[in-house]
Amino acid sequence: MTIKEILETLDAEVFTGADLLDREIHTACGSDLMSDVLAFVKEQAMLLTGLVNPQVIRTAEMMDMVCILFVRGKKPTLDMIDLANENDIVLLGTPYEMFTACGRLYSKGMRGRSGK
Amino acid sequence: MDPVKLHYDISGTDFTTAGEASGKIKKTLKSLGFSPAIIRNVTIAVYEAEINMVVHAGGGEIDAYVSPEKIEVVLVDHGPGIPDIGLAMQEGWSTAPENVRQLGFGAGMGLPNIKKYSDDLQIESEVGKGTTIRITVLNK
Repeated sequence: MTIKEILETLDAEVFTGADLLDREIHTACGSDLMSDVLAFVKEQAMLLTGLVNPQVIRTAEMMDMVCILFVRGKKPTLDMIDLANENDIVLLGTPYEMFTACGRLYSKGMRGRSGK
Repeated sequence: MDPVKLHYDISGTDFTTAGEASGKIKKTLKSLGFSPAIIRNVTIAVYEAEINMVVHAGGGEIDAYVSPEKIEVVLVDHGPGIPDIGLAMQEGWSTAPENVRQLGFGAGMGLPNIKKYSDDLQIESEVGKGTTIRITVLNK
């Protein structure tokens, strides 16, 4: 699905990358533990997280992820927004909590690492 | 391509800038035309090591040596050292303080992850003196 469809599915707002919403994303992961993201993520292009600090953006940068969604109405700080802009990473925010955000994306065809 | 040397001084006090050197190494490798898979292996391994350096050792220095055959990154710190490297290599073993865990790290995956993403990992450590980590990724 495109990031634009993700936005609609999650009633989300855009913090950075408004010009990149046509990008296609097929796999995602949800985690507040960046250590796990670095250890277990393979090709997932999107990260859903409730963690808000610059290392979230750094982790996505190292993993070649193109989109980060903050759950539960959390908002990135200005230095996180700058870092995301520098690396062409789209930052989104949704009012839904992690479980619901993942479930809504799954129901629209988004999958995790296993593809199941 | 002529070999490229990169050097970075890492602050041990500012956790928010941890990863800056890894990001710069990534961009350099990209500009030199390495494949995305090789770049990813190098940057994940170095990022984990850089985080460790900031979290445990109060900063240090990173030197990267890039040639067409391999990328070698050496991280030197003068922190407390690792008393038991075998234990530190075990997945899930962590001595990270609570404030680091709150930032999403300290799950005991750092060193195992560096090993996983590199072709060779050498750790020399002396308690009270510091730690030197050599990460090699072959360009294959």
